[in-house]
Order: sequence, then structure tokens, then C-alpha cells
Amino acid sequence: MKITLGAVSRPLESLKIKTGDWGTEYPVIIEENCKGCGDCVVYCPDLCIELVEVGKDEKGKVRKVAKVNYDYCKGCGTCSVVCKHEAIKMEIKELYRG
Amino acid sequence: MMKVVRGFYAVAYSVKLCRPDVICAYPITPQSEIVENIAQMYANGELGNCEYITAESEFGAASILVGASATGARTYTATCSQGLILMSEVLWNAAGMRLPIVLTIANRSLSAPLSIWNDHQDSMAMRDAGIIQMYVENNQEVHDMMPQAFKIAENHKVMLPMMVCMDGYKLTHAYEPVDLLNQEMVDEFLPPYDPPVKMTTKDPYTFGSYATPASYMEFRAAVYNAMERSKKIIEDVYKEWAEVSGRNWGGHIVAENCEDADVCVMAMGSLVGLVREVVKELRGEGKKVGFIKIRTFRPFPAEEIAKAVDNCQKIIVFERSLSMGSDAPVTLDVKSAIHKKAIDVYSPVVGLGGRDVPHKLVKSTIEEVIENKAKPGTYFKGLKDYEEVIV
Amino acid sequence: MKLFGSGHGACPGCGLPIAVKSVLEGTGPCFVANATGCLEIISSQYGKSAWGVPYIHSVFENSAAVAAGIEAALKALGRKDEGPVVVFAGDGATADIGIGCLSGMFDRGHDILYVCLDNEAYQNTGNQQSGLTPPGSNTTTTPSGKVLPGKIKPKKDMVSIALAHKAVYVATASVAYPRDITRKAKRALEFEGPKYLQIHSVCVTGWGVDGKQAIPVAKLAVETALYPLVEYENGQLVRVKKIKDRKPVEEYLKLQRRFRHLFKHPKGKEVIAELQKIADENAKKYGLDA
Repeated sequence: MKITLGAVSRPLESLKIKTGDWGTEYPVIIEENCKGCGDCVVYCPDLCIELVEVGKDEKGKVRKVAKVNYDYCKGCGTCSVVCKHEAIKMEIKELYRG
Repeated sequence: MMKVVRGFYAVAYSVKLCRPDVICAYPITPQSEIVENIAQMYANGELGNCEYITAESEFGAASILVGASATGARTYTATCSQGLILMSEVLWNAAGMRLPIVLTIANRSLSAPLSIWNDHQDSMAMRDAGIIQMYVENNQEVHDMMPQAFKIAENHKVMLPMMVCMDGYKLTHAYEPVDLLNQEMVDEFLPPYDPPVKMTTKDPYTFGSYATPASYMEFRAAVYNAMERSKKIIEDVYKEWAEVSGRNWGGHIVAENCEDADVCVMAMGSLVGLVREVVKELRGEGKKVGFIKIRTFRPFPAEEIAKAVDNCQKIIVFERSLSMGSDAPVTLDVKSAIHKKAIDVYSPVVGLGGRDVPHKLVKSTIEEVIENKAKPGTYFKGLKDYEEVIV
Repeated sequence: MKLFGSGHGACPGCGLPIAVKSVLEGTGPCFVANATGCLEIISSQYGKSAWGVPYIHSVFENSAAVAAGIEAALKALGRKDEGPVVVFAGDGATADIGIGCLSGMFDRGHDILYVCLDNEAYQNTGNQQSGLTPPGSNTTTTPSGKVLPGKIKPKKDMVSIALAHKAVYVATASVAYPRDITRKAKRALEFEGPKYLQIHSVCVTGWGVDGKQAIPVAKLAVETALYPLVEYENGQLVRVKKIKDRKPVEEYLKLQRRFRHLFKHPKGKEVIAELQKIADENAKKYGLDA
């Protein structure tokens, strides 16, 4: 095996750890409610929510909504709690449904 | 340029010529004057861009150097005794992180009882840390060793901290004539530090990762093997130094008159001068005695020692430290080096906590062994009869 | 390149990654020295680093000194323009075992932003009390029992300790307000010298809080004035987060398992009163009531 001098690690190798299978729940973005405020993005402890463009609103302004990267989401539910627009609901993963 | 200087100045001046980037230390007797001299050079603007930092403790000093060394700086500190063992957590860490920090140790005893005087218990306590250790016999040797230490530690095949050990007071405070090095010669011998990897925002590596059982053992084996590998590199640097400076201090060990000797006597540090002199006297008296100066203690020159003592029946190791519950530290390694040979090892422990080691004591200790009046093993010499009472 | 990445090993709902990413958002690319602790364990396993900035972990109690060494090296090597130096250390690493190194860092005036991630106990090793554990908290080394109601003494006042060292910028923040953390980190870097930012960070396991309740609980710490958000520049209090309709401390305490015993312990009322007194004093001292 290859080891580095003094156990130096390369940056961001954590990205290969898919933590998305940790939780029992997952967030679902209700796009029509999402105002693209970005609160869920700044609070997400797993850095797995970003705002993505989904066309334009009535006034022709670019419309952005939250999108979850389920590869890393641990289902903590923080996003759903901090969302002021009822745009994120938590659902139980199929595996854990009674 | 030959000049009569004190040991701490011989060190400080040599360190300056090595152009370190970050020096950090905490005062402790009898090391303080090394960093005091460096501080004066810094105050005089003689250290170039070097950052000299007065730390809040030896622990802090070693930690500061970990950060500086990982960022790519050539780093130096001096300490001893309580200061060294206070540093020990960080120094073990620095060795594992493969940071080539260079230290001068002004060897001093350990508490309790508190004692500021010289022996080797402090550096011996760091024996297993992954730090290269070498011991000097006089101030010219320590002056010569500093550039060599940086060159050895910073070698990409080594990348380990290195301690140059000099006896506190006996050397640090002694006036001796020292042929002071010049900048051109040191610059030619010692190139600037070229870190194989360093902390930089351009290439943001993670230093000091923790390892699970899946890789921890390999990292520790790598430190062990780097130490093994350093044997050859240290020897090469010693040789190169002899060529460029004209002063040959020898290899890992210096063996004198051992080929035909029945008894080989070993010493380290400032005791070397006296023991060598006594052995010569005994030779003059027709005794078949040889002398071995141990320079490098880690990595331990086991093969060199085994070869040098090949023809003798007895070894005397003058010990300046203890391993409570076992033989003294140098003896343990010597015994291990000669384990296939039928040689008795005598380990007189002398001069703890600055106890004087007179000529007469050294001579009688060796004579007792020659005359079969001593028993192999660890025993004290120059010790008063004592009885331990509660109060 | 991201400065801190997904795939780290923090518990779901942990406050630490929120604090870290919010600080890094404010500092941009920087040098990070990290003490042993939760953050180190969740982010720096060999071959699985979550860091996109140069990062170093040495031992538990020396991150302030390691950072000082980085800063000195950058100066000596003429590389100061590469980025600021930031420390992340837990409350125990800061207020207890590492306070000597931190004091040295302050005293020598190193140009470093020191961030204390305050989750109020040694959470990495299982919720043992630290100098920043609040009174009444049931930790594994100050458990509540028939006689004792958990931790006895108040939190060590690190803000005052930092101010006494003449740190140029001293502030508290909370993971309940990530944008405020980012603003404070950015503001801190406008000052040259030692800066101290203490961020209240929820530990869902140690505090006994449901992951979803982490942010609401953190908010309540601020809204009860138990964790006042204050900001000092050059020793002067310049900003505080005002509280509208300050809530009684019970509202904060009752959501956490670590304080649950206070509601039935013979000394519980006394401790709750003590905590309320601390909150009232904070409100008065900093003029928190809007």
C-alpha cells in the first residue's frame, strides 16, 4: 500500500464518503413554495444543499430553488426546521417505512 | 577564525549561520544562554528574515515549531531537562509528522529532587520518540554539529527531528577555543530547506491526519524505517563535514585501540575527554584497554559497536542516566548489539545530577574491571553510603 | 475549490460543520490549525480529509501555538499574502487544556483568528465537563446524583479572558445565526492581531437534543440571554444582538436531556434560579433587552 509522508492527506477526499445512507429520513423540496432564500443552504451541516436555476418567474427574474444532494444528506432535518416557507418536508426512507 | 568562546555562544553562532526561518524557545537553566545569545543576534538584526519567538512554555515552543516546520520553515529550539519532557508530547508528534525540527539539548538531570546539574536522563527519556540523537564531547564539536543536524534532519529520506546533545554547564558554560565557521562555508554545505510537502493555500493538504488500525502501523513503521535509513545519511554527512571543514569527528562511533583490547570502555558526551585520557594512561601502563566514543545514540550504531568490540571480553559503559527497573539505557543497546558474543558488560553509573566524576574514579572503575574485582551489570560509582528513612 | 466538504463524519444535526463553513465563508482560503476534538475527528481521518484549505492537527492543547508557528513561518518566508491563519478548537481545548498556549498567542500578538467551538463539554469523548460547561449540566464527569445536581460552577468567562489579553477583536456567535458568524469572521480579519470568536454549537448527542431541534435550541440559548451575542473591537463593546421578549431559561433547559434532572432534583430549582440569574445579569451587562 502507498502511504504519505507523515500521514499528509489530500484535500476534500471526504467527498468519496457518501453519508447519504446514514439517516432514516430525507428532505423533499416543495419547489412551488421555495423562495430561493438560501437559509437551508447556510444551515445544512452536511453542505449538501445548493440553489439551482429553474427558469424565470412572472417578472422574468431568474428563479432559484433549493436542491439536495442525497449522496451526502444525513437526514438531520435542520433544513426543514429553518425553512420559513414550508418548502421542505421530511419523509421516511422507504427502507424504514412500517 | 579561532576564538575562545563559551559553549552557548558556539551553538548560537553556528545556528545563526544555518539561517533558520523560525526559532522559538523558552528559557531553562542551563540552556537559557543559547537562546539569549540568539535573542541578542535577533535584536541586532543579524538573523535576516528569521522570526524569533519567546514562547509561554517549552510545550508552546515545540508546538510553534510544529506549525512553522509544517509551513516549510527551517526551525530550531534549545531546551533540556523539565523543558524537554514538557515538550515530549509535541516532539513525539513532530517525529510522527516527519518534521525536521533541530534542537540543542543542554543535558540536565530530571526532578525529583530538582537539580539543575548535568546528566543524560532528560534526553534518554526521549529515546523512543523517533528523534535522532547525537552527543558531542566539546564545544568545537557542537559548533560543527549544528549545520550537520539540519542537513541530516531535512534530508528527504530522513525527515525526522534531531537533537544535538551537549552536557549542561560542563560544555554550555565552558570557555573553549572554537574555530568559528564562516557564512560562505555553511551556505555551501547547507542548502536552504526544501520541504517535500508543506502547508500552502495553493495546494491545501491536510497535516496531522489521524489513522485507523488500517494504516497506523504502517506510519509508525515508516518512522522506524526512516530512522534506520538515517544511519547511512548521518554517516555521509559526518564524512562530508570532515572533508569541507577539515575536522573529522568520526562516524557514529569512534573506536580507539579496540583491535587488541581485552576491555573496551564506552562513554558519551563531555565525559569522553576524561575517559579517553584515562584509557590512554592505562595503555601506557601496558593494559589492553580500548576506548569507544558513542556519537550517534539514535539510530543506535549496533553493527559498528559489535564490530569494534569483536576481540574483547569485557565492556565498560560509563552511564550518565538510568532506566528504573532495568539496565541503564546505553547498556541496554550495547547488550543488544553484542547479544551473540560472550562479552560481560559492566555499567558504572556516574555523575548523576552533576556529581563530580574525577579522574581517579574513572581510573579505579576501569581497573576494578580489568582486575576482576567488579561484577557485570549496572552499579553506581561515586555514590555515598545512604540509608533511606521516612523523615 | 470548496473550503470544507461533504462526507465528513459529524452526527446528523451537529452544529460544528455549520460553524466551520460559516467562518470559512467569511475568511476565504486560509490556514487552519485544529485542536484534537470532535471537529478534528469528523474531518481529518487519513485519506478522508474534509478540508479544502491547508489544515494541521498536532495535539489537543497546542493549536494556538501551532497557528502562531504558521503565522511566523509565513512572515519569515514572505508568504503572508497566501491567507489568514485560523484556529478551530473546542471549548475544552480552549478554556482548559489549551489555555496556556492561547494566552501565549494573545500575549505575543499573533495575527490569528482563534475560533472556539463551544459545545459546552468534551463531546468527542462522551460529554465530560469542561470549563465551558454551564452549571446544572449533567455530564459524565459531573453527573447528577442524589446529592449533586450536575456541574456546579459557572462557565469560564473566556470573553473577559480574551479582552484582558487585549485581543483586538472578541465576539460570540451561535450556529443559530450562520450569516452572523460569517459577518463576524470577515469583520475580525479587518483587525491585525489576535482575534477571538466563540461560537455556541449544539451537540445533539451530548446535550440530548433531537437533530431537528438543534437550531431552535441554539436560538433559545440566545433568546434567554444565557448565550449573549456580543462583539468587541479594540476592547470596546460595539454591537450586541438585542432580544425581543426575553424568554425564561426553563424554555431552553427543558428541551435538553442534560438539564432534564433539574426539573425534579431537590436542588433543581436552585440551579434553575442560578441560571436565570446568569441570564438576567447578561441582559443587564450587555443591554440585551430590546
